[in-house]
Amino acid sequence: MSGLGLIVRDLRVTFDGFKAVDGVDLDIRPGDLRFLIGPNGAGKTTLVDAVTGLVKATGSVRFGGEELLGKPVHRIARMGIGRTFQTATVFEELTVLQNLDIAAGAKRGPLTMLRRRKGTPEPVTKALETTGLTDLRDRPAGVLAHGQKQWLEIGMLLVQDVKLLLLDEPVAGMSHDEREATGELLQRVSGDHTVVVIEHDMDFMRSFARSVTVLHAGKILSEGTVTEVQADAKVQEVYLGRASEPEPAAIPVAEEA
Amino acid sequence: MTTTTSPTKTTSVAQPSVSLLERFRVPGAFLLGAVLLLGIAPLVLSDFRLNLLAKYLCYAIVAVGVSLAWGRGGLLVLGQGVFFGLGGYAMAMHLKLADAADTGQTLPDFMQLYGTSDALPWWWKPFANPAFALAVTVLLPMAVAALLGFLVFRRRVKGAYFAILSQALAAALSIWLIGQQATTGGTNGLTDIQGFFGYSLNDPVNQRMVYFIIAAVLLLLMAAARQLFVSRYGELLIAVRDSEERVRFLGYNPANVKLVAYVVAAGMAGLAGALFVPAVGIISPALIGIVPSIGFVVGAAVGGRASLVGAVLGAIAVAWAQSTLSDAFPAAWTYLQGLLLVLAVGFLPGGLASLVTLLRNRRTQTRTTPTASTAPTGETA
Repeated sequence: MSGLGLIVRDLRVTFDGFKAVDGVDLDIRPGDLRFLIGPNGAGKTTLVDAVTGLVKATGSVRFGGEELLGKPVHRIARMGIGRTFQTATVFEELTVLQNLDIAAGAKRGPLTMLRRRKGTPEPVTKALETTGLTDLRDRPAGVLAHGQKQWLEIGMLLVQDVKLLLLDEPVAGMSHDEREATGELLQRVSGDHTVVVIEHDMDFMRSFARSVTVLHAGKILSEGTVTEVQADAKVQEVYLGRASEPEPAAIPVAEEA
Repeated sequence: MTTTTSPTKTTSVAQPSVSLLERFRVPGAFLLGAVLLLGIAPLVLSDFRLNLLAKYLCYAIVAVGVSLAWGRGGLLVLGQGVFFGLGGYAMAMHLKLADAADTGQTLPDFMQLYGTSDALPWWWKPFANPAFALAVTVLLPMAVAALLGFLVFRRRVKGAYFAILSQALAAALSIWLIGQQATTGGTNGLTDIQGFFGYSLNDPVNQRMVYFIIAAVLLLLMAAARQLFVSRYGELLIAVRDSEERVRFLGYNPANVKLVAYVVAAGMAGLAGALFVPAVGIISPALIGIVPSIGFVVGAAVGGRASLVGAVLGAIAVAWAQSTLSDAFPAAWTYLQGLLLVLAVGFLPGGLASLVTLLRNRRTQTRTTPTASTAPTGETA
């Protein structure tokens, strides 16, 4: 089961006259690990919100040939599109295992729902191992460390059997080791899945991105491999202001508002 | 190549071994409850007290549903009086018709006094059939809740708005009933009920039978609710309560999850209302309006809304306090009831049950801390 690709055409999102996303075209091929970068207010999160049905948008978003725009959130999720949020949202009172079991169960019938969970479903066991949370399975998710919560979220997407993962700043607030572990996790997950990561951390992006799209003021500024994007004069300008620094590696981490 | 799982880690599928005490805690508690309610209470309580307990247990049945909808589902159901009332009136209508038939009348007594015509209103007629009336006591509240929930949850009405809406419905129903003097008994309600499916309610033996039925229904519904709590649905319901949006992104429609809890809670309130009628002999608008609707959740809040036993014991305790204190200070009770709700929700959201859990956790913690060594490594496998 290789992941499906995402095709976005002329996507526009407007909030009270403000064009948050202003005519974006995007092609993400199956199995890609695409990084979506850009300064604050560039429209990265809004783009993901539009794809997942959280905000209204015009244009076209097709996934596996099906149009997504206009579908309710839970239907889009059932088509195999999963996302995380900037702040990890797991069910804090439930255990790690219960979190994963719920994520795995959107297609369960009423009779299964009314019965008690017996044992551990196979995908859940696999996700526990992939995310390294096996030892913590019976802990309430609320007591997990910040990084572990993010991994749990990624694990929830895996058991949800999504083909496209949209991750909003998955390594924000993580230690260096946790970033490395997360990056490796994402590389392992992509291939089987299509992964799109919104990120501010340029080091992280350089280490793990397969392709990069730079957004600026709701429009696509540049697209390509990490080297291509870094060499792009327009990108340097947006990140560094007028001064054209010769060192592309010095693209700073954009500050969180 | 992505999820190449190394065979180093063997996850045991079997549940970790639980102590014998833990394993029989729930069935043991259930058995204890059954012995207390069905064995000891009828032995030690006078007929009068037992009848009062029967009334409290009806409130406890409502609390079982409140615990599901509010405690687990986060739906502040401030209008359970509607469903209690629908169940109660459906039962009372049948019993009034049966009483009238026993004395050779076609109309219930109050209709002969206030009625405008000699004929029974058309919507009273089917209630002469006991099976129909019994079915209506449960199914009508569930249908009303399903319709209301369908409209409300889909529009993502929640929190205080949902609470106010359901409370307004309770007010509307009781006001409507008061206006229908000729067909519903108006402010008086349906009173002076004599018989219960052929058994005279004036006979203490039959009153005891009613008590046993109510106690048995309470135990059964607690068992059913417990099954819902521990089921996958119960886990999902908590997830919806704590983070509805996240659940939506997992591919569930939270509106449906909430709807089930709301409808089941309504059915339980309806059944409680139906059983209340033979136990107390009356159903009236004053018993189903705003104040009693708040009363239905106060007990659950004080005892612990997320805990089944807590909610049930809380409901019984608060009902007992009400009938004891409202005799001495009739005006003060309404204020006290409101104060209890505010205090419980504001300062002890888990209710008294959370104190028990706290103590138990503290005890097990002190027992196990020296040996606890499963330090989370946080390494990806």
